[in-house]
Amino acid sequence: MLEIKDLHASVDGKIILKGINLTINPGEVHAIMGPNGAGKSTLSAVLAGNDGYEVTQGSITFEGKDLLEMEVEERARAGLLMGFQYPVEIPGVKNVYLLKAALNAQREARGEEEIPAPEFMKLIREKLAYMKMDNSFLQRAVNEGFSGGEKKRNEILQMLVLQPRLALLDEIDSGLDVDAMKVVAEGVNSLRGADRGILMVTHYQRLLDHIVPDVVHVLVDGRVVKSGDKSLALDVEERGYDWLTEGSVA
Amino acid sequence: MSQVQGFLDQLGARQPLDAEPSWIAARRQAGAARFEAVGFPGRKDEEWKYTDVSAIARQSFTLADSNELSAEQCDAFSIGIDAYRLVFVDGIFNSSLSDVDALGSDVTVEPLSRALADNHEAVGGQLGRLNNVDFSPFSALNTAFMGEGAVIRIGRRVVLDKPVYLLFVSRHHETPVMSHPRILIDAASQSQVTVIEHYTGDSEAANLTNVVSEVFTGKGAQVVHYRLQEAATSEFHISSLHIEQTRDSHFRSFNLNLGAAIARNDIVAELNDENAVCDYYGLFFGRGRQHMDNHTKVHHNAPRTFSNENYKGILDDRARGVFNGLVHIKRDAQQVRGYQSNANLLLSDRAEIDTKPELLIYADDVQCSHGTTTGQLDEKAIFALRARGIDEAMARGLLTLAFAGEVMESVTLPSIATRIERAVAGKLPDRFNLQDLVEAADA
Repeated sequence: MLEIKDLHASVDGKIILKGINLTINPGEVHAIMGPNGAGKSTLSAVLAGNDGYEVTQGSITFEGKDLLEMEVEERARAGLLMGFQYPVEIPGVKNVYLLKAALNAQREARGEEEIPAPEFMKLIREKLAYMKMDNSFLQRAVNEGFSGGEKKRNEILQMLVLQPRLALLDEIDSGLDVDAMKVVAEGVNSLRGADRGILMVTHYQRLLDHIVPDVVHVLVDGRVVKSGDKSLALDVEERGYDWLTEGSVA
Repeated sequence: MSQVQGFLDQLGARQPLDAEPSWIAARRQAGAARFEAVGFPGRKDEEWKYTDVSAIARQSFTLADSNELSAEQCDAFSIGIDAYRLVFVDGIFNSSLSDVDALGSDVTVEPLSRALADNHEAVGGQLGRLNNVDFSPFSALNTAFMGEGAVIRIGRRVVLDKPVYLLFVSRHHETPVMSHPRILIDAASQSQVTVIEHYTGDSEAANLTNVVSEVFTGKGAQVVHYRLQEAATSEFHISSLHIEQTRDSHFRSFNLNLGAAIARNDIVAELNDENAVCDYYGLFFGRGRQHMDNHTKVHHNAPRTFSNENYKGILDDRARGVFNGLVHIKRDAQQVRGYQSNANLLLSDRAEIDTKPELLIYADDVQCSHGTTTGQLDEKAIFALRARGIDEAMARGLLTLAFAGEVMESVTLPSIATRIERAVAGKLPDRFNLQDLVEAADA
């Protein structure tokens, strides 16, 4: 469903991604690990459609379409959703408004009617309960005054409501304590399914104990230097990244 | 012929009332004399520094001679609200479109012309007491033409079951017309009333509405006043609202401006006795080349009086806004609290706001604050919304509405809130059905 080919991208003229190849098939959970500065955030940003990143070479195809030609909102409506590392606070916009607007935008893109209010509220309540979030949360402004854990839970809540085809989770574990991590991981695991892909970008192996990936990629200096199964993450945890780069530098 | 004289010449075209008390002629003359003496305000006048009214002065306005409006047209202009209604077309009262039949005996809601004919002495004492001809050249002009408008009296302890709705419809004419309505609200002790002044009309109308309203609150009375100004963008809207508050009274103003080429609103409250509370909420939303000017004053004339003001300005395109808010605390008016806030959102690089908070404090034991901010929409927040599939226009609408939030949340009449939301956020409310959503969430 997602095919990244020979992707090169730069920020402010500096080349960060130097030829990334990655394919995610429906039903698969992928994790990208890598040291600081490897290009993890840049890859996330390019997938999300952030301004300020220039793709200089290569392609990204999402469900047969050229992702790089799609506007930010088109990507989301097509089912590619990003869970952000630093969710933005949006004062004055209530969570319930955001959720309804987002859900209706998606339905509209599919040529469906708006969701009726009672059906919407039923859906939201169910997902809130799953994320162990209080109903009062709906009337609070998006992320405003939320703790780090609440913000991340909110990102996952949005995923549960919007049911993406491909969920991108950018450092979803950062700033989470053990309990919050469990709730977030349960939410993500509930998204797993035969026709859905998940791509996690993370610094730490810890997350992968909770959300077990099918494929692990190690990103170093803008390239995927090694891919493997979940045991690769454990190797990285134990041995660091240097052993992976020694061969490729030569 | 001078511009001033051109306006005053229209006095000859005025339809005399059935029975005109002698005092009213004297006041009109005083108004005309004052206006003739001072003329239109210029940019050198501190109170009018940022608002150029020469476009009004240059125009030749006549007086309307018809109040024709079909019931269907009237319904289309009015907000859907169950209320006691008086309708004015280009300043002329239309009784067939009005509906005040169900009023109780302790309540009066009637056109000024009728109040003058029935018992002019009851009106004479209050009319002009809070707004004399010196207040502004437009007040003087209004006084010169004084004769129609509305009189609302609420008896002691009466809690009016429905709002009073004053609908002012402005029609399109080859030669634009002017009207000078005069509104008197007298809420006796412990009474409660909500009054809506609504200004709207044909989209091509280019008339001048120059209204003066005076509000008297008895002890413990609670008055809520809405100005919903939705005039066409070629119209001129000048208003002044004056409030006199006695002990334990509570006055709340919602000054909501969406329309007019030039809108200038003055609000002045006199808090004359202990525990009088005054709240000013304002929202102005200008586009194109609209110019919106709000001048507010609160005079704390007695100890332990309280005021709170929150004005939000949203300006797009080349629109221009002015906010000038004065909090004045008189000598020995101790233990007063006065808060003021003005926040502005500029949606375009060419929009402009002049904001000027003023505190004049002559007592030492008071709590006062004022703050003003001007900013733009948060691009990161727009991105975050788009990343959830919400298109950019809607994201901007949502954030603009959020900016207006604090004021909008105070608006307790849903039919008014919905109109403002629609105007401010464009297509948003239709898709959103905010009210629906709020009810569902509360259920």
